Amino acid sequence: MAASVLRLGIPGRRWALAWIDGGSRHRSGTQPGPTSNRARGQSSVAQLSLRTAQKPRKGEHKWAAVVGLEIHAQICSNSKLFSGAQVCFAAPPNSLVSFFDASLPGTLPVLNRRCVEAAVMTGLALNCHINRKSLFDRKHYFYADLPAGYQITQQRLPIATNGHLTYNIYIRKKQSQVTTKTVRIKQIQLEQDSGKSLHDDLRSQTLIDLNRAGVGLLEVVLEPDLCCGEEAAVAVRELQLILQALGTSQANMAEGQLRVDANISVHHPGEPLGVRTEVKNLNSLRFLAKAIDYEIQRQITELEDGGEVLNETRSFDYKLGCTVPMRDKEGKQDYRFMPEPNLPPLVLYDATSLPSDADSQQVINIDQLRDMLPELPSATRERLVQQYGMLPEHSFTLLNEVGLLEFFQNVIKETRAEPKKVTNWVLNTFLYYLKQQNLAVSESPVTPGALAELLDLLDSKAISSAAAKQVFEELWKGQGKTAAQIMSEQQLELMQDREALEQLCQATIDGHPQTVMDVKKRNPKAINKLIGLVRKASLSRADPALIKEILEKKLSLF
Amino acid sequence: MLGRTLLEVSAALKQGQVTPTELCKKCLSLITKTKYLNAYITVSEEVALKQAEESERRYKQGQSLGDLDGIPVAVKDNFSTAGIETTCASNMLKGYIPPYNATVVQKLLDQGALLMGKTNLDEFAMGSGSTDGVFGPVKNPWSYSKQHREGRRHDEHDDSHWLIAGGSSGGSAAAVAAFTCFAALGSDTGGSTRNPAAHCGLVGFKPSYGLVSRHGLIPLVNSMDVPGIFTRCVDDTAIVLGILAGHDPKDSTTVQDPIKLSRIPSEVDVSRLCIGIPKEYLVPELSSEIRSLWSQASDLFKSEGAKVIEVSLPHTCYSIVCYHVLCTSEVASNMARFDGLQYGHRSGIDVSTEAMYAATRQEGFNDVVRGRILSGNFFLLKENYENYFVKAQKVRRLILRDFVNVFDSGVDVLLTPTTLTEAVPYLEFIKEDNRTRSAQDDIFTQAVNMAGLPAVSVPVALSNQGLPIGLQFIGRAFCDQQLLTVAKWFEKQVQFPVIQLQDLMDDGSLVLENGKLTSVSLTQ
Repeated sequence: MAASVLRLGIPGRRWALAWIDGGSRHRSGTQPGPTSNRARGQSSVAQLSLRTAQKPRKGEHKWAAVVGLEIHAQICSNSKLFSGAQVCFAAPPNSLVSFFDASLPGTLPVLNRRCVEAAVMTGLALNCHINRKSLFDRKHYFYADLPAGYQITQQRLPIATNGHLTYNIYIRKKQSQVTTKTVRIKQIQLEQDSGKSLHDDLRSQTLIDLNRAGVGLLEVVLEPDLCCGEEAAVAVRELQLILQALGTSQANMAEGQLRVDANISVHHPGEPLGVRTEVKNLNSLRFLAKAIDYEIQRQITELEDGGEVLNETRSFDYKLGCTVPMRDKEGKQDYRFMPEPNLPPLVLYDATSLPSDADSQQVINIDQLRDMLPELPSATRERLVQQYGMLPEHSFTLLNEVGLLEFFQNVIKETRAEPKKVTNWVLNTFLYYLKQQNLAVSESPVTPGALAELLDLLDSKAISSAAAKQVFEELWKGQGKTAAQIMSEQQLELMQDREALEQLCQATIDGHPQTVMDVKKRNPKAINKLIGLVRKASLSRADPALIKEILEKKLSLF
Repeated sequence: MLGRTLLEVSAALKQGQVTPTELCKKCLSLITKTKYLNAYITVSEEVALKQAEESERRYKQGQSLGDLDGIPVAVKDNFSTAGIETTCASNMLKGYIPPYNATVVQKLLDQGALLMGKTNLDEFAMGSGSTDGVFGPVKNPWSYSKQHREGRRHDEHDDSHWLIAGGSSGGSAAAVAAFTCFAALGSDTGGSTRNPAAHCGLVGFKPSYGLVSRHGLIPLVNSMDVPGIFTRCVDDTAIVLGILAGHDPKDSTTVQDPIKLSRIPSEVDVSRLCIGIPKEYLVPELSSEIRSLWSQASDLFKSEGAKVIEVSLPHTCYSIVCYHVLCTSEVASNMARFDGLQYGHRSGIDVSTEAMYAATRQEGFNDVVRGRILSGNFFLLKENYENYFVKAQKVRRLILRDFVNVFDSGVDVLLTPTTLTEAVPYLEFIKEDNRTRSAQDDIFTQAVNMAGLPAVSVPVALSNQGLPIGLQFIGRAFCDQQLLTVAKWFEKQVQFPVIQLQDLMDDGSLVLENGKLTSVSLTQ
């Protein structure tokens, strides 16, 4: 009893719901808790309303928050950064560990070409300067899941520097207003992931899984150009889409393929920056936004109460909805960086610097990789708007949901229906059903082909829009019937018999004299009510335009 | 048979004068007889006998794998050997059995070599005497040689005056010098192969950095370590180098370009050579005997028509202090993996992970290792990094440039002493601490590692005490073949005597067919 009260009473359980509700009209409010959507990990943050982090009190300076991010993206590669061990999520513990990954004495790192290519492609996509020569360093600290006692990273001379990421804040309240913002990218560096520690507090033991140890990471360091949780979340979402489009990272936050640390400080504009804190290991976009906003508010409150902000590392407690100091990182660590002596400098070439006798297996040509870059999300959105005449906001939604764009394009390919109609159906009906059941696009019971067939029926006026929704509902049950089968079984075809429809109209007019009176009084809503009544009587099988035509004709006869 | 060179015994194997198993058993018996030298940490008798059996089968079928097939070799105990304990002479790795072979070990085995065992060293190769390992010091076989006993004036039968073998690869040197194998692998970071080779009267070769794979060599200083080779003559070294050299996909610091290595021609012409004598190597601490041999050696080249010139390596004097910073820094980093979690020693103290780390490392490492870790971490601290590590790197670059300048000026090979003195008695050696000794003993050898150059110590003559003295040749990077060619010519001129191990020869197990006891052309 007490326990259940306690559980209900945990603060912070509700914020996620509110956040989701405010964020997307497609989401129902029935999701059980903040973790329910983590499996998807891809919420539509681009549609969130813009919220200002704080309001200045009267007579006081306004506070400004400064937020910078360090993002770790696991590189999508067959093997690890410096060893031949396979990379695979959720494999049995310690089943993907080479001698090097376990740091057996005498083993040496061998750089994985695929990881370098992924870093170069990511750097190019983020408008970075690609360094023709970059270096590897050792960063030392003792931790049980870091078997070498150091991590190989690129501290001094990373592979890519000075880029920028453009992201869009979509302001829902002011219809369709998109603000484009830019965050500078300081650098992208290649580094090793650590293993995982599983702490068994009960038996006071720690279990180590080295499957992840040595997996290639791209650390993307953003300059502190962000000012609130939402901006951070939207920027990270855009980065996530770019990485996925490039195929350089699966960037699934729930599986830890994308992890974000945030550096946060507040100050009065025009004055020096405040002391910053670092919030570590934020593994969902919602927690990221929430943690940043909480931390900004906490720092402001702290300073306004005459306190001070400590330069410390904090973690986000998603249950409590607040940040707390991390206990094991009290003192400032000195990582004692040193050049990695077992790896020569990483040299990259371009079309002009490539030696003529170079072995293509041994060199990486930046220009060649540039030519191979796929279409990036911003270009895809632009293309969608131009090609299909959709609103920019729709293009955002299509990209934000994993697999939705592909679904949309497959429907387009197979149907005669207008793109606008397809957009409408995919974004409203289809997405609504997915969200209702919390499914990913790939889990949908309705295939693009099935939807395309339904839209064809609609397009040929064989079925009304309302009846089509009924067919869709049947399709969703996934019983293997086609749209046409459902339509004929349930007699949902559009009434082609004008005489029968005229009879239905007449019966409706006769049965609703008051509404007819309203029509005659030029009440504009009344005619719609009548149309609705006729449609209902036709079991949604009548074409509303035709009903309207008949009704108007009949009523004008009076 | 055991006193022969590798090439000679290889020929005997091919001609069927001896079988691999016979050879293996003789070496094993000698290992037992010379156990007091403490050259071996692990004797891999079973492995060796099995390998000998396989080798014997190949010979019978006429399918010999080459010059090394059936040849007993030994490997320093800081090379990873699959299934055979690899300790680095440290408590930290006692009982550690690696699951893989170092590339160089694998290459020897692939050629049919017989692995007799793992040889003794200073803990984690940190030292210059092979006295600071957890298994105790290595004794120099020359301590028991007829030549040394005759050279000594007093205490004929007093064993307490035994000499150090040099280090840190003293076990490998003693193993080859005492005829328990025909070649051995050492490692060389600051002279660890050349120094014991000089003290034990062997050829000790340090290849160019990047020529031979370090994969599986448990590192001391990654940027300076190279596998080293001990043999009784230069030709043998060339044979072993030919097998070990080459790019290894597992070691990114090995060079991709194929380096041509072949047997050294028997007739060598040195008349067109230019030999450089670095003036900075003439230090007051150098023994007069070695100094005189050094100058006789240069005269030898002159007499053959070679150009011998004095050259300057002005930054050599900073080498020791620079090495100290770079070495300890890399040591601090490399030793971080020994935390007791994955392998090796783990302390019983388990109040917390941190306490376990601390106790494990306290118990596992000796004072020398701990001292270097401490200094290295100091140099790597953020506030010290620029002042120490970066400066040391710059000085290293200057040292390298010194060599480059000299070689660019037309010098082919440098000729220097290998050590300041001949091997000293253990009791005298341990009067100084490890750091002081290493600083003194590495003086002629260390700069070469900074520059990544090939160098070889060749035994020249016996001192008044009847102890071997070696001289060092330093070559251009990746001109290892040229260097060995010069070394071979020199070796032929000096006719260094074979060690006379009386007690071993008495029972007839050691027949010295090519023993040339007195024909030394360079004398005091």
